[in-house]
Amino acid sequence: MIEINNLTFTYDTCREPALDGINLTIKEGEFVAVLGHNGSGKSTLAKHLNAILLPSGGTVYADGINTADIKRLAELRRLVGMVFQNPDNQIVASVVEEDVAFGPENLGMPSEKIRERVDYALKTVGMYEMRNMAPYNLSGGQKQRVAIAGIIAMQPRYIVFDEPTAMLDPKGRQEVMQAIKALNSEQGITTVIITHYMDEAAEAERIVVIDHGKVIIDDTPRMAFANVALLKKLGLDVPQVTELMFRLRGEGIALEYNKLTVDECAEELKKALKKQV
Amino acid sequence: MITDITLGQYIPGNSILHRLDPRTKILLTFAFIAVVFITENIIGYVLIGFLLALLIKMSGIPFKFILKSLKPIYFFVIFTALLNLFMTGGKYIVSFGIFHISREGIILAATMALRLIFLVAGTSLLTYTTSPIVLTDGIEALLKPLEKIKFPAHELAMMMTIALRFIPTIIEETDKIMKAQSARGADFDTGGLIKKAKAMIPLLIPLFISSFRRADELALAMECRGYHGGEGRTKLKELRFKKLDLTAFLVFTLLAALCIFVGKFNLFYI
Amino acid sequence: MDIKTENLSHIYMPGSPISHVALDNINLEIKNGSFVGLIGHTGSGKSTLIQHFNGLLKPTSGKVLLGGKDINESRETLKQLRFKVGLVFQYPEYQLFDETVEADIAYGPKNMELTEAEIKERVFEAINYVSLDEALLKKSPFELSGGQRRRAAIAGILALRPEVLILDEPTAGLDPKGRDDILSNISRLQKERGITVILVSHSMEDVAKVCESVIVMNKGTVAMQGSVRDVFRESETLKKLQLNVPQITQLVLKLRREGYNLPDDIYTTDKAFEEFLKLIKKSPNQKGSVG
Repeated sequence: MIEINNLTFTYDTCREPALDGINLTIKEGEFVAVLGHNGSGKSTLAKHLNAILLPSGGTVYADGINTADIKRLAELRRLVGMVFQNPDNQIVASVVEEDVAFGPENLGMPSEKIRERVDYALKTVGMYEMRNMAPYNLSGGQKQRVAIAGIIAMQPRYIVFDEPTAMLDPKGRQEVMQAIKALNSEQGITTVIITHYMDEAAEAERIVVIDHGKVIIDDTPRMAFANVALLKKLGLDVPQVTELMFRLRGEGIALEYNKLTVDECAEELKKALKKQV
Repeated sequence: MITDITLGQYIPGNSILHRLDPRTKILLTFAFIAVVFITENIIGYVLIGFLLALLIKMSGIPFKFILKSLKPIYFFVIFTALLNLFMTGGKYIVSFGIFHISREGIILAATMALRLIFLVAGTSLLTYTTSPIVLTDGIEALLKPLEKIKFPAHELAMMMTIALRFIPTIIEETDKIMKAQSARGADFDTGGLIKKAKAMIPLLIPLFISSFRRADELALAMECRGYHGGEGRTKLKELRFKKLDLTAFLVFTLLAALCIFVGKFNLFYI
Repeated sequence: MDIKTENLSHIYMPGSPISHVALDNINLEIKNGSFVGLIGHTGSGKSTLIQHFNGLLKPTSGKVLLGGKDINESRETLKQLRFKVGLVFQYPEYQLFDETVEADIAYGPKNMELTEAEIKERVFEAINYVSLDEALLKKSPFELSGGQRRRAAIAGILALRPEVLILDEPTAGLDPKGRDDILSNISRLQKERGITVILVSHSMEDVAKVCESVIVMNKGTVAMQGSVRDVFRESETLKKLQLNVPQITQLVLKLRREGYNLPDDIYTTDKAFEEFLKLIKKSPNQKGSVG
């Protein structure tokens, strides 16, 4: 469990706090999406989860470890893994499998054990076949999956993804999202994903919307996206179909508002149009 | 396109030379260089040439690649040979004008040329049969004992690893920024030296900034993956001397002894 | 300025074992003043194609004609035409280098050897088009926020006053607000100046929102070409090319297939809203339940 209590943080270069009294609890096995426009504080929040940043006020605990406890930093980093936006800047070695081995090597594991973990991690993200390739011959989505494998090989309980698909094309985005979803549902890894793609957030169990360093919405995707007007005001999008339903409701048409997918909305609209054909 | 260059000279394969431990290969390459320098007469060189040819055959590297590796030194070889040919004193065999060629001159010219060729061909055999990463591992392992006297062996190897990893990325980026500035009318090709140097500013500043950013992000990512220097670090692929390496050492020692014996002591009085 | 390609082919590293055909006999015509979306998955040849439009890449064979003139005819024509075709690369903010935003935007016009006064005028015009605050001109580009840097970099190209503007994924990595700002700015510019705009994008929603016509690339060839309506109607073909139509279009096409009377050219939420409203209002049994 990750517990964030009254967290505030102010950058040295800024007067305004980037985080302003955040209270959140992330339970074991959850899949949480954090939304917010650029500069809302969502990345700053992510960086607090594995002590890249330390709170100016309040506390962050991960499985009972205070992130500010410098003596337990190594332990914390093993518990909470982090995948960054640019896959190029987190791959260290010039062969895929050697890069995935980097983390376990740092932990000082015997080489047979490293081999096991590397193979397992690469298979989990579907990159095992490409284990001997050079990263610069891979597509963006493949590189990002290698980066994810590098974190899985450390066997963390939590993984924080900081806009993992922002630099990828649609195919790469799909590959990476699939890998992330599988990690959560099949491996039971607690997942926090920072994103500004609404369709990605819709895949989560829970959406946290941050604005001006504060939690504005904390709900299921269905309920969160029902706040179309509020989300738009915060500079965020909702899925096109959700927006359509919202606007039709505004015209007084009886529709359930918490529909997210094309199929769900089609069913709902059909009900409204029933006698029409 | 600028991004299509291949890195290093490594040619993948599964020959005996490919399978040797990198440390063995590095040490034997040094030993080979020593033998080349110790050898003083033609018979010795013939033997070394024979040994080298055998190694090339064993490595499965096409001979034309070895010739390609010699390309950058052709001029140097010819220059040194000519210099030695004309500048060496002794009993002149041929003279025309101010140029004199002596027997000693011919021998010295041939020796110097062969030495250079052997050195380059021998070391390129190392880089052809060893991937840069494995080579780095080998260098790190060989330098490890020096860490006792504070020599940063691990740091050096880590720097080489990261450089190898990022060279293609940075080349690609250079290409991109160059094109982007060209689209704004930058001209990298024409003009004098000063104009050209000035034209580089819009290329170099973005490159520097992005390299710093990359370094910063990479450092953070490495830290998050538990990196804390070389201490207590293990390896996915531990280097291990095998029986093959022992054999290689023994065979090479015997052959080297033969070369030195023949090459140093002028057995046949040539 | 019309753009035309005649049997344009481009091969990377021809004759080598890693040679690769990036463009395969492309014949295209883009009319002056049109707003074209260029789509296709990564590696389809989009980037290679647009780099031919301002001569950064030379055709292996074939021609690129700009206003009827072969751009690769001579060094001189290339130099002249390069400023007429403004190319904004992906993540253009990484090309910023000068001490101030103003100097950076002025870099292009300076290379055109314009007068100081003219350069100044163009810088102001450019920041106006990207809605960049004048107060930022004196700042270092590295002090700006991500979105501002992006806009400053685009202004650097607009200051060339190009007759053709090509943008390679100008909204990549921006948040929804940043995306909308940039798209509406480009739209306004296109309308006011009547220039040709080519928008390379992975986002079908973006293309649907602003473009008039679409070119779909696949494996170095033009796979589809036509008005947004004609192309987006072919959702099955697009899917085969690893592309998706906008979510709202998927919804409409699904209901159409089930016999509902909806037009087949809906690809924005606004249009869908109108059409559904019409349809539902017509439906007699709805009247009672409104409320």
